[in-house]
Amino acid sequence: MNRRNMGKETGGTERCGNVHPLVRIIAGRLVWAFLSLLAVSVIIFAALEMLPGDFARSVLGQSATPEAVAAIRHDLGLDRPAAIRYIEWLSGVLQGDFGTSLSGRGVEGGRSVAELVLPRLGNTFLLALLAMAIAFPLAFLLGLIAAMNRGGRIDRAINSVALAFVAMPEFLIGYLLIYWIAVRAGLLPSLASVGPDTPLAERLMRMILPAATLSLTVIAHILRMTRASLSELFERLWMEALQLKGIPMAIAVRRHALPNASGTIANIFAFNVAWLITGVVVTERVFVYPGIGQLMVDAVTSRDVPVVQACALIFAAVYIGLNLLADIVAIATNPRLLHPR
Amino acid sequence: MGVDARTLVSMRDLVIRRASDDRPVLDGINLRIRSGEVVGLVGESGSGKTTLGLALLGRIRPGLERIRGHVRLEGEDLFSVPAAELAALRTARLGYVAQNALEAFDPAWRLLRQTTEAALLHGLMGERTATNAATSLYGELGLPDPEELGWRYPHQVSGGQLQRIMLAMATLNAPDLIVFDEPTTALDTSTQETVLKAVRRLLRKSGAAALYITHDLSLVTRIAQRICVLHRGRIVEDAPAEEIVHRPRHPYTRALWGVAAGVRRSRPVPEQPLLELRGIRTGYGTGPDILHDVSLQLARGRTLAVVGESGSGKTTLGRVIAGLLPPRAGEMLLDGEPLPPRLKDRTQEMRRRIQFLHQSADGALNPSHDVFMILSRPLALFHELSGRAAQQRAEELLEMVDLPPDILHRRAARLSGGQKQRLALARALAAEPDVLICDEVTSALDAVLRNGILQLLNRIQERTGTAILFITHDLSAVRAIADEMIVMHEGQAVEAGSCADVLKAPQSEHTRRLLAASGAGSSRFMPAGQ
Ligand SMILES: Nc1ncnc2c1ncn2[C@@H]1O[C@H](COP(=O)(O)OP(=O)(O)OP(=O)(O)O)[C@@H](O)[C@H]1O
Ligand SMILES: [Mg+2]
Repeated sequence: MNRRNMGKETGGTERCGNVHPLVRIIAGRLVWAFLSLLAVSVIIFAALEMLPGDFARSVLGQSATPEAVAAIRHDLGLDRPAAIRYIEWLSGVLQGDFGTSLSGRGVEGGRSVAELVLPRLGNTFLLALLAMAIAFPLAFLLGLIAAMNRGGRIDRAINSVALAFVAMPEFLIGYLLIYWIAVRAGLLPSLASVGPDTPLAERLMRMILPAATLSLTVIAHILRMTRASLSELFERLWMEALQLKGIPMAIAVRRHALPNASGTIANIFAFNVAWLITGVVVTERVFVYPGIGQLMVDAVTSRDVPVVQACALIFAAVYIGLNLLADIVAIATNPRLLHPR
Repeated sequence: MGVDARTLVSMRDLVIRRASDDRPVLDGINLRIRSGEVVGLVGESGSGKTTLGLALLGRIRPGLERIRGHVRLEGEDLFSVPAAELAALRTARLGYVAQNALEAFDPAWRLLRQTTEAALLHGLMGERTATNAATSLYGELGLPDPEELGWRYPHQVSGGQLQRIMLAMATLNAPDLIVFDEPTTALDTSTQETVLKAVRRLLRKSGAAALYITHDLSLVTRIAQRICVLHRGRIVEDAPAEEIVHRPRHPYTRALWGVAAGVRRSRPVPEQPLLELRGIRTGYGTGPDILHDVSLQLARGRTLAVVGESGSGKTTLGRVIAGLLPPRAGEMLLDGEPLPPRLKDRTQEMRRRIQFLHQSADGALNPSHDVFMILSRPLALFHELSGRAAQQRAEELLEMVDLPPDILHRRAARLSGGQKQRLALARALAAEPDVLICDEVTSALDAVLRNGILQLLNRIQERTGTAILFITHDLSAVRAIADEMIVMHEGQAVEAGSCADVLKAPQSEHTRRLLAASGAGSSRFMPAGQ
């Protein structure tokens, strides 16, 4: 006990003088993530500027007089230079103000984008997490089993099933589930149109089918990624050395291989959550689920630029944020960085 | 030495072959080791030494299969005991010291915990006893500061220290049999000597039997009473050490003895240096300087050897040139143009022109990639070759390094140690470099193969004009390959000049000592038992 503490202390005092390299690296990643997000915001703004058609036209229709269109554009401030509008938008966003939706404008005096987007975002997160809660443990376990039996019969069986799912588009999986489970067996509702006051039990019930669809689409990916990275780890000489000193395979995997894989596992997890959140549009459509993907599609159709901007920026933030998180886990579990010479 | 004729472990007609092409790797091995007996196993790279050693521990690597035969430990068949029992046997009665300790430790566990893990898991010792036993073993093995060392991580100690910690791990539970798989080949001569002495002391003290695998006959005669010579999966000679030394019967054994490195013929000195270092000073992190004011010149088509013992800064010098460690002072020139100190600031073309060949091929090759994948990356990156063209070039490269083309689709994990080293060379050559930095590339190879590689490097240099910076502690290799040499000691170049001059009339005290040490090591054989 005593000695253990001593070891830790000397380790600590050695690098007391300057900052631990870990802190430096992580701070660097944070700055980098923020800069990426800034760059993405420029791209989003510019891309929407270049989108043909605008809100005024889509409200007034094709036959509108140029004067009427110009009037609405002036009203919305769309006739001012893009750079100024970008800076206004960005400073709003930095203070948590995403602007006002164009759709509800004349009628209700305009709803704030945040008010519109937040509940939808919550719905999508819930759906993605539910899908992940089903998919991740299952896929990870199967990937682990496949890697431990690499090249064997079990591995081949798992792999070919996974391959079949990778090849199937998600709308097909969605419709098949609706047909067999909702229509034929009548076990679950086929539509997931939940509202703000749907009780939780009911809400979860309705989310089962879309969540199942989503999990089926990611299971195969997670499984294959897990198998590839773990079997590479299992081939390391030190895994063999562990068995030769009498550590059974199962224990060697649990004590040694998995902790060494934690960075990779975090990466796989983050990548797939990000993929789910940004890729739910199709599934939300199929099940009429009020998520952010639906909202974005609707907003694009009606040229409701502030909403589209907000959605796109949120997608980017989720993507960058999750990858950042995975990066940090990988860095913080790397023994060479944790315990520098 | 009390003669105890009791058989400890026996191998009967063991046949192991490759699952992919049914080629036998071990072809009917019969071997018996009595308790307390130390048996040496020598043979060239790829002859099946590692496979045999692992089979003694009841292990067959994936990709190989046992066709017939048994391994019995005091009557117990290691291939038919249940897995749990085998694990317990390995902990209590068997020990293993791997060919490459650098790759044999879990990078995320403290060394002491790894040393005692198996004993604690199988309940052979309590935590306190195990810790004390491990610490005192560290001390016996001559490791510095044994109390503190166990709290370090594998990357925080040197290769020679790690090898000795692996020795401690293998002997902690007082096993009856220890398999040593080339435990000293990757170390420099003086460290090698320390480790070898430690092995001898441990064996004498514990009375354990051992199989000592090596390619170095002069070394094995100092430790083993009996020597088996393995050639293409068969034991071609099995006799007391003295007999093998004085009356070798099999031609292969004679060839092993007869290998003497040829001296390289001299060549005209070209005009302008290709790579030039001026006053390089560097160190790691904020630590002290490792290199002080090192300068060197390397001309096209020439080989410059950097010689010195472990810790003299040889590898650090290689890392500086490779752009992995920026110097604190001094400059580097490639073809007269300044070479950016950091790899990331170098152009693709500069990177192509300087290739690095590592000490440990295991660490440098991804074990789950196959040979073609490994070779096709540099081909695509530097020469934009793909598909058919890449395959053709990859086959040419394999031929260049004397590897059979049929291994093209084998995974790196399934190659022998020597084959991996040659594959790493082929990968470096794929870039068609102007400068090839070789860091201790021959230290893990047997005498026959080492000569092969040296000749190969000479041949390649003749054909392509590649300049070679050859980092080594092995002076016989220097004779065979280098035109010029510099001798490093504590971060300084203590001597530089043409090989012929330096080797004939060394100026510095340190060079003389190095020469003396290597002369004693390679020309005299001391039979065991002395
Ligand atoms: N897991 C494997 N799958 C397929 N072939 C293998 C595997 N391991 C080794 N081999 C092949 O078996 C032969 C013997 O390999 P082994 O590792 O026993 O040689 P070695 O004598 O230890 O060589 P070295 O001195 O280079 O370490 C080689 O041809 C090698 O390619
Ligand atoms: Mg070997």
